[in-house]
Amino acid sequence: MALKMVKGSIDRMFDKNLQDLVRGIRNHKEDEAKYISQCIDEIKQELKQDNIAVKANAVCKLTYLQMLGYDISWAAFNIIEVMSASKFTFKRIGYLAASQCFHEGTDVIMLTTNQIRKDLSSPNQYDTGVALTGLSCFVTPDLARDLANDIMTLMSHTKPYIRKKAVLIMYKVFLKYPESLRPAFPRLKEKLEDPDPGVQSAAVNVICELARRNPKNYLSLAPLFFKLMTSSTNNWVLIKIIKLFGALTPLEPRLGKKLIEPLTNLIHSTSAMSLLYECVNTVIPILKSPVLARNNTVFLYVEKLYFVFFPPTVKYLGLLAMSKILKTHPKSVQSHKDLILQCLDDKDESIRLRALDLLYGMVSKKNLMEIVKKLMIHVDKAEGTTYRDELLTKIIDICSQSNYQYITNFEWYISILVELTRLEGTRHGHLIAAQMLDVAIRVKAIRKFAVSQMAMLLDNAHLIASNTQRNGICEVLYAAAWICGEFSDHLEESNQTLEAMLRPKVTTLPGHIQAVYVQNMVKLYASILQQKEQAGEKEAAQEITQLMIDRLPQFVQSADLEVQERASCILQLIKYIQKLQIKEVPVAEEVIALFAGELNPVAPKAQKKVPVPEGLDLDAWINEPPSDSESEDEKPRTIFHDEEQRHSRHRQPEIDEEELARRREVRKQEQANNPFYIKSSPSPQKQYQDTPGVEHIPVVQIDLSVPLKVPGMPMSDQYVKLEEERRHKQKLEKDKKKKKQKKEKKGKHRRHNSLHTESDEDIAPAQHVDIITEEMPENALPSDEDDKDPNDPYKALDIDLDKPLADSEKLPVQRHRNAENLKSPDTEAPLVGKKSKKPKKKEKKHKEKEREKEKKKEREKKVTEEGKKVVCVLSATYDIQGNLQNDSQVTVSVIFENKSTSFLKSMELNVLDSLNAKMLRPEGSSVHDGIPVPFQLPPGISNEAQFVFTLQSIVMAQKLKGTLSFIVKNDNGSTHEKLDFKLHFSCASYLITTPCYSDAFAKLLESGDLHMSSIKVDGISISFQHLLAKICFYHHFSVVERVDSCASMYSRSIQGHHVCLLVKKGENSVSVDGKCNDSTLLSNLLDEMKETLSKC
Amino acid sequence: MWQKYSSRLPASCNKETISEPNRKMIKFFLMVNKQGQTRLSRYYEHVEIHKRTMLEAEVIKNCLSRSREQCSFIEYKDFKLVYRQYAALFIVVGISETENEMAVYELIHNFVEVLDRYFSRVSELDIMFNLDRVHIILDEMVLNGCIVETNKNRILAPLFVLDKMAES
Repeated sequence: MALKMVKGSIDRMFDKNLQDLVRGIRNHKEDEAKYISQCIDEIKQELKQDNIAVKANAVCKLTYLQMLGYDISWAAFNIIEVMSASKFTFKRIGYLAASQCFHEGTDVIMLTTNQIRKDLSSPNQYDTGVALTGLSCFVTPDLARDLANDIMTLMSHTKPYIRKKAVLIMYKVFLKYPESLRPAFPRLKEKLEDPDPGVQSAAVNVICELARRNPKNYLSLAPLFFKLMTSSTNNWVLIKIIKLFGALTPLEPRLGKKLIEPLTNLIHSTSAMSLLYECVNTVIPILKSPVLARNNTVFLYVEKLYFVFFPPTVKYLGLLAMSKILKTHPKSVQSHKDLILQCLDDKDESIRLRALDLLYGMVSKKNLMEIVKKLMIHVDKAEGTTYRDELLTKIIDICSQSNYQYITNFEWYISILVELTRLEGTRHGHLIAAQMLDVAIRVKAIRKFAVSQMAMLLDNAHLIASNTQRNGICEVLYAAAWICGEFSDHLEESNQTLEAMLRPKVTTLPGHIQAVYVQNMVKLYASILQQKEQAGEKEAAQEITQLMIDRLPQFVQSADLEVQERASCILQLIKYIQKLQIKEVPVAEEVIALFAGELNPVAPKAQKKVPVPEGLDLDAWINEPPSDSESEDEKPRTIFHDEEQRHSRHRQPEIDEEELARRREVRKQEQANNPFYIKSSPSPQKQYQDTPGVEHIPVVQIDLSVPLKVPGMPMSDQYVKLEEERRHKQKLEKDKKKKKQKKEKKGKHRRHNSLHTESDEDIAPAQHVDIITEEMPENALPSDEDDKDPNDPYKALDIDLDKPLADSEKLPVQRHRNAENLKSPDTEAPLVGKKSKKPKKKEKKHKEKEREKEKKKEREKKVTEEGKKVVCVLSATYDIQGNLQNDSQVTVSVIFENKSTSFLKSMELNVLDSLNAKMLRPEGSSVHDGIPVPFQLPPGISNEAQFVFTLQSIVMAQKLKGTLSFIVKNDNGSTHEKLDFKLHFSCASYLITTPCYSDAFAKLLESGDLHMSSIKVDGISISFQHLLAKICFYHHFSVVERVDSCASMYSRSIQGHHVCLLVKKGENSVSVDGKCNDSTLLSNLLDEMKETLSKC
Repeated sequence: MWQKYSSRLPASCNKETISEPNRKMIKFFLMVNKQGQTRLSRYYEHVEIHKRTMLEAEVIKNCLSRSREQCSFIEYKDFKLVYRQYAALFIVVGISETENEMAVYELIHNFVEVLDRYFSRVSELDIMFNLDRVHIILDEMVLNGCIVETNKNRILAPLFVLDKMAES
C-alpha cells in the first residue's frame, strides 16, 4: 500500500498540471487541436489511476478544456469520484467541474445525492459552501425533493456564510420542486430580518424574484419591505426591494402614495447610478394618478440627466426609461421628439434601436408624416443592411400599428411603400408586399390609386428585379401583379400593363412570383376583353388574344411546376377563346365570370375560433373503425400487404394490373413524343436557349445605367405638402366656425382658444377611409387563452402563502431505511416534480433535433465585398451512408450549391479528425490537408461530392468540426472565403437497411448473446403504420413482421452488429424493446429513436 | 392565392431563446480576450457545449465591433449583454430584460477590483493560470444568477483559507 502511494506521487511529478497545460496550449498555436487531443489521451490515462490527487489534477485540466469548448461529459463519473474526495482542495475541483458540465440530463447525477447530503452536513463550512454552490448549477427535481429539507435546515446555520448561500439555493429548489415553497416560506421570511446583511440581501433577492412572478401572494410583506427600504444602506438590496415594490404597486394603489416620498429622497441623495435608475424606473409607473403626476421633479430629473451631459451608457438607460414613461405619460415624452430623432444619428446602434422603439409609441396623426419622412432620410443614409432593414420594418410597424390608426392619407402611405422598394438588397421585400396587399384590400377608396402605382412598378420591374439572386425586393412584384390583376377595373392603361407582365425578363423572377403573374395576367386579359367587346372593337380584342397566345409559351416552359401548370392551363383556355372569337361569339362575360366575387380578409385565428356545434363529437367515429370488423380474421398475417390491397380495391375497383401497365406504356410514349416534356434539367437558362422560337420574341433592351429614381414614380414628399395644405384648409374652416361661436360666448374661453393647437381628433382623414376589419366566424369565442404559455415554470409557484400549513405539507426527510424499503430513494421514480418538467425537456430536444439531427443541414455564407455590398451564398447539404464493402467506412455525400452571382473555385474541404473518426485522405497527405472538391461552381449551379470517413468504433454518435475554404471570383477580383460547419454522424447512419426473414430473426433472438434495452415514449398521435415508416426511413430499419399494433424490425450495422427491435403501440404511447450485440450502440440508437418519436 | 397571402402577413417573429425566457437574472458571465479566446465562462443556466462556443464567438464579435464611445449594452436575441473592456480583456455578462443594467455594469467593475486585490495587479495570464481561483471568487459574488456578496474582504475570505491549507 505504502509502495503504491510512493509510486503514485512519483507518477505525479511527471504529470502536467493546469499551468503546464495552459502553457502547452500557448506554445502549440499551430497545431492546438492535435496537442489537445494528445492531452486528453493523457488525462484519460490519469483518470484510470487510483491516486485521488492525480485524478483531481486531471479533472482540473478537463475543466479548462471544457471552457475551450471540448465536450467532457464522458468524464462525468470521474468528476463524481473527485467530488467525494475527503480533502477540500480536491473536493472543490470536483464540484467546480460538476457545476460547469452537469445539467438535468446528466444521468450520473442521481449517484451524487448522498455525497451532497454528507457535504451539506459537514462540520467544515467551506465543504458545505462548495456543495451549495455546485448544487445551484445542477439541481434536478429529484435532488431538490431529496435535499430540500437539508437545505432548509442550513438556512438556520450558525455561520452567516452558509445561511446566505442556503437561502439563495432555496430559490432554485422552489423552481424545481414547488411543493417545498409553503413549508419553507416562514423561515425564508425570518431571514429578511437576519442580523447579517448578506443573508438579508439573499432573502430579499429570493423573495423579490418570487414576488415578481406572482405578486399578489406577497402583498402582506409590504410593510416589512417598507421598513427595510427606509433603513437599509446596501445599494444592491435597495435595488431589489425597489424592484419588488414596482411589482406590488399595481395591485395596491395606496402603496404608491406612500412610496413616492422615500423614492424621491433616494433619487436626490444617492450617488449610485444603478440605484437612481432603478428608482426612476419604479417611480414612473407609480405616477399614474393625476395627483401624483404633478410631482414633476422626477421627470425633470430624467430629462436633464439623460440627454445632455452624460456618456452613451447613460443615454441608453435614459431612452429605456423614456419608453417606460411613454406608456403612462405620452405627452411628456412627445415634447422630446427632436432629441429622440437626434439619437437616430448616434454612432451607437443600441441607442439608435432604442430611439426607434420610442418613436413607435410617439406617433400621432399629426406627426406621423414628419417622423416617417425623417426616417426615410435615415434609410437613405444608413450604412449596413441590418440597420437599414431594421428601419424599414420600423417604418412599416409605425404606420400599420393598430389598424392604420394614425394614417390620414393612404395615398401618401402607398407612395412611401413604393419608395421603399428602391432599397437595394433588403430582406424585407415580403413585408412591403404584405403591406401593399393589405392596404389595397382593406382600404377600398385607395384601390384606384394603388392600382396605378402598382402598374408603374410592374412597368419598371426591370429595375427592381435587376438582380434577383441577391434581391428580396422583387417580392413586391408579387403584390403588384396581384393588385393589378384583382382590381383591374381601376386600371387605366391595361394594355400596357399586360405587355409589361408578358415581358421575357419576367421568367427570371422566382417561381412563386411568376405563378402570380400568370394567374393575374388572365384577370387583366379578361377585363381588357370585356372593355373591347363593349366598345365593339373586335379586332383589338383578337389582337390581345393573339398577344397572349404568342407570349404565354415562355411560361409553359418554366422549370417551376406551379408556373408551368397554370400557364399551360391558361394557354389552352385562351386558344379556345380565340376559336370562339373567330366565330364571332361574344366571350367576355363568360371569361370575366371566372374571376367573379370578392375576397375578404380573414382573421388569422378565425378557423380556431369556430365553436363546435352542440351535439357534434369530433372524436367519435362516423363509421365503425374498419380494423374491428377485420380482426375477426384469425390467421396471423402480414398486415402491410393486406392493407394495400384493400385500399386499391376500395378506391379504383375497375383498374387491374394489366390496365395500369398499359397506361404507363402509353404515357411513356407520349412523353417521348412531346418536345415540351423535359425530364430534368439543372439550369432553367439552358433550356430557355434551346427552345425554338425564342428569337421571335422582342427582347426589351435594359439600360442598367438608369438611376434608381424612376421618372414618374411618386414622391411621398409631394403628398406631405398636399396633406399639409388640406389640413390647413380644414383648420381655417374650423376656425371660422369657432369664431362664430366665440362671438356668441364673448371671450369666456379666450385664453383657452388662443392656446389651441391642432389635436389628433381635429384631423379628418383625406379619403373616406373604410378599413375593412378581418372576418371572424359568427359566434366566435372571444377568449385568447391560447396565447398563454403552458410551460411557464413560475405558474407552479403561484401558491397562497398565507394559509396555515397543513400536516401533510412537510418536506421529505431522509430516514433510516426499513427492511421493506429496499429501493434506494435515489433511484425511485419521483412523483410530481419530474412530471411537470418532462414536456419541457422534450420540447427542447425537439428543437435541436430539427436543427441538426435531421440528416440534412444547410449552411449559408454571406460575403461582403468592398464598396457595393454583394451577398454571395454557398449552401451545402449532406447525407451520410454506411459503406457495405468496408466495415469501418461511411460515405458522406455533400451537395454544394452556388447561390451567388460569382464563380466559386478551389473549394477544399477539411475536417478536424477525432480519435475515432478520420477523413480518408489521399496517401502522403497529412491530417491537416484538406481534400479538394473535384469541381468548380458557376453561379446558380449545384453539384455533389463524396467524402469517405473511417471509423474505429461505431457505437457512439460523432460530431466532427470542419471548414470549407473556397475562392470567390467575380468582376472585381477574387477573395478567399471560409465556411465552418459540423458533421453529425448519428448512430443510425451506421446502420444499413437489411431485410431479414422471420425464422432467421427468431433464431437470432434465441441465440441469447444480445444485450437488451428498452424505451417508452408517450404522447404519440400518429398511426402505427406511419410510425413504422418513420423508423424505417430515419433509422434504416426494415420490418420483419407486423401483427396488429406490434411489429418486429431488424437492421445491421456496417460492422455487423445485429439490431432487433420489438415495437409496441399502446393507446397513445409506444414502447420499443431493442436487442443488439453491443449495449452502448443499442442505447444510443434508442436515444436517437426516442427523439424522432417524441417529435411525432 | 389567398392562403399564400395570409401566410405572408407579418407574424410576430419567433426569437430564439437560450432556454426558458426570464429564467435567471444573470444568465452567464464571460471573460473573453480580443482574439476571441475564452478565458472564463460561467453559465447560470444550462447551455449545451457546442452552443456555448457559438454563443461566445458571437458575443465577442458583437463587443469588438463597438468603439469606446458607444454604450456598454447590447441587445442580443432575447436578452441583454453588458460588457466592459479592461485592456485586451472583455468581461461580458448576459442578463434578462428585467435586470438592472447599471447594477451589473457596476458589478463587473467590482469583480475586477476583487481580482486586482487578490492577484495584486491582475493580468490575463493570472486568470488563465489560476482559473479555479477566479471561479471561487466569482462563485462568492454571484450565486445562482443573483449577486450575493460585494464586500471584498468577505469575498476573499474563503480563498485565503484555501491558500493557507495549500501551504501547510
